[in-house]
Amino acid sequence: MVVPLYHILAFAGLLFTIGVVGVLFRRNAIIVFMSVEIMLNAVNLAFVAFSRYHGNVNGQVFVFFIMTLAAAEVAVGLAIIVSLFRNLRTSDISEIRLMKH
Amino acid sequence: MSWSDLNSTLPELALAVTALILLILEVVKEPPRAQFAWTALGGIALALVLEFALPIEGQFYNGMIALDHFSRFLNVIFMITAAGAVLIAVPYLRKSLEERGEYYALLLFATIGMMFMAKAHDLTILFLGLELLSIPLYILVGFYRHRVRSNEASLKYLLLGAFSTGFFLFGIALLYGSTGATHYDAIRQAIVSDGQLSPAMTLAGFGLLLVGFAFKVALVPFHMYAPDVYEGAPTAITAFLSTGPKVAGFAAFLKVIITSFAVTTQHWWGIVWVLAALTMTVGNVTAIRQDNLKRMLAFSSVAHAGYLAVAVLVGTYDSAFGMMFYLAVYAVTTLGAFGVVALIEGEEETSLEIDGYRGLARRSPFLAAIFTLAMVSLAGFPPTAGFLGKYFVFSAAVDTGNTWNIWLVVIAILNSLISVYYYLRPVVAMYMQEPADETPLPMSRVAVPVFLVLVLIVLGFGIFPMMLVKSGVAAAGSLF
Amino acid sequence: MTTILFYLFSALLLGAALFVVLNRNPIYSVVGLVFAFMNLAAMYFLLEAYFIGVLQVLVYAGAIMVLFLFVVMLLNVQPDRPHPGLIHPDRWWFGIMALIFVSLFLLLIGQGVRALLTSPAEDAAGMGSVADVGEALFTSFLLPFEIASLLLTVALIGTVFLAKKKV
Repeated sequence: MVVPLYHILAFAGLLFTIGVVGVLFRRNAIIVFMSVEIMLNAVNLAFVAFSRYHGNVNGQVFVFFIMTLAAAEVAVGLAIIVSLFRNLRTSDISEIRLMKH
Repeated sequence: MSWSDLNSTLPELALAVTALILLILEVVKEPPRAQFAWTALGGIALALVLEFALPIEGQFYNGMIALDHFSRFLNVIFMITAAGAVLIAVPYLRKSLEERGEYYALLLFATIGMMFMAKAHDLTILFLGLELLSIPLYILVGFYRHRVRSNEASLKYLLLGAFSTGFFLFGIALLYGSTGATHYDAIRQAIVSDGQLSPAMTLAGFGLLLVGFAFKVALVPFHMYAPDVYEGAPTAITAFLSTGPKVAGFAAFLKVIITSFAVTTQHWWGIVWVLAALTMTVGNVTAIRQDNLKRMLAFSSVAHAGYLAVAVLVGTYDSAFGMMFYLAVYAVTTLGAFGVVALIEGEEETSLEIDGYRGLARRSPFLAAIFTLAMVSLAGFPPTAGFLGKYFVFSAAVDTGNTWNIWLVVIAILNSLISVYYYLRPVVAMYMQEPADETPLPMSRVAVPVFLVLVLIVLGFGIFPMMLVKSGVAAAGSLF
Repeated sequence: MTTILFYLFSALLLGAALFVVLNRNPIYSVVGLVFAFMNLAAMYFLLEAYFIGVLQVLVYAGAIMVLFLFVVMLLNVQPDRPHPGLIHPDRWWFGIMALIFVSLFLLLIGQGVRALLTSPAEDAAGMGSVADVGEALFTSFLLPFEIASLLLTVALIGTVFLAKKKV
């Protein structure tokens, strides 16, 4: 396979930017959360590409840890959303005042 | 792995085992549960003893962590902070009938995360330590499961924390891509010997790392979550939240910059200069307008992050020492100030407004005196240790002779003058105004040690600073 | 052939990610994200990171996304109502962040392109096997591995504590 490294990096950068845009523009907490997952996956793609091009397995091990983190974060985050949902008694998550001053 | 590797992480191991014991106790023990706090304190004491009993130095686990005076100095601060947070929590949790083992266990896990951040000598450990600190905090901020405010604060903290982790990790990815390494020394080697794939990529990676850090320590403009999260969290957690992560974040930040990126200073100092100036100004100016003590202290901690960023920017031996001194004093003072707020706020957080502090000197002379001392130290009056901390940091910046650094110090001193106003407002209310009701405040004896340590450090080290100066100098010395 | 496949998967990945971010209905978004992660797994296989590719399918597309789908269904999340402004009025500081990121990235692409025209390391074939990653994980990355286990313990405690009605 002869994909230049900077093409993969550009894909990772675009994917990351899509995630950032999602966090910025969406009001729904669950979709904001999914956008964060997209950002983390962009990071993973960059790590795997660098690992391949350096011929060094450390990058892939780092991806393993990022996946662990993502699993932990998602579990805790969704638990918080469930408990918030229970207290607010509304199905409209966009009601959550995420950015109140 | 060898025995010395295991020994190098014994304090963390002691804390982890204590946390697991607490979780088991939570299941088997019926309330009242006064032992929980004592178990946690016992674990912290054991970890502290182990920290000093095994005076080993060097790199362990294949260079993943480095033990030196720096890590030891910070670990002691972290353990004192954790012990203080446990003591403040005892009366606080009893009041709200949420006396649970998970609370102390999560606090201990967060402390382990901070300790690994200070010991880290590889970005892998730094990242995992940061997350081991953050995830328990997300949960603890939402510890009042039945209060919407606490839930909201927790969700906001988690989403923004995860967002900033994304930037932090992308920074690490670019650094790994450019230098082929995540080890601090290897990154420096690659930069110094120009063994990088692309210097621009290294800088971009460092920039993203900076954004992630700025989020964690709440530098303007990445501070917007801080006041809401601090306000929504249970006050005993706010005390921990405004000290631990900030101290750990700045310590790790300083270590990474000095160990790996010192040679690239000319490329990024302008950005950090602007961040520092903005942070202290916005923090102080906004703090003036707050009537809610929790929010006021939150913005005050943002302002202090600005002063600390000056030390990071200067990056000399003197400024690293100044930062060590500043961090030690800041941690204890802020913890004590929030401790007083937690004790005074009453059921359902009724007296958080400044009006609730009217005539406090008559209702509880002890708490009023402690709070005054904390405010005076945070404002930076002599003879408190807060004054010395500011003096060491600012004089290190002036000593470089760089015009820009001197201007930054001028801005910082003007800001300190502004801060006097809002720090003295509650003091005036406590001593010069009439209380709404004269009933003396009930005072929990459990939290008294926290306040005594505060007095000891703020006044003791303010007048006789040599002991703290010596350990601070040793800590800064092992970075260079 | 594999090169073309790689670009195909990348295009599908970016399309799926955009679909996730722009869709009003959370359920569609979750399904879109599963699809995006599958494409990413395929890209990992093409980059010879087999272990990570398998984890991507098992952990991300499997466990994590099922959790998302479960919560979306449990809470019966409705599609967003259309709203007049595109940006939250008080999310301006995020705009600053995005600006910083994009400018850093342009700097990177602009200055680093020639340096990045490297080809893959020749001796790296088969590097991403389970044996290789596993060996690194249990030798030089032993301590991070143990910290990760603490991280998962914390997540377990927190999830049970927060989500259970009465503990």
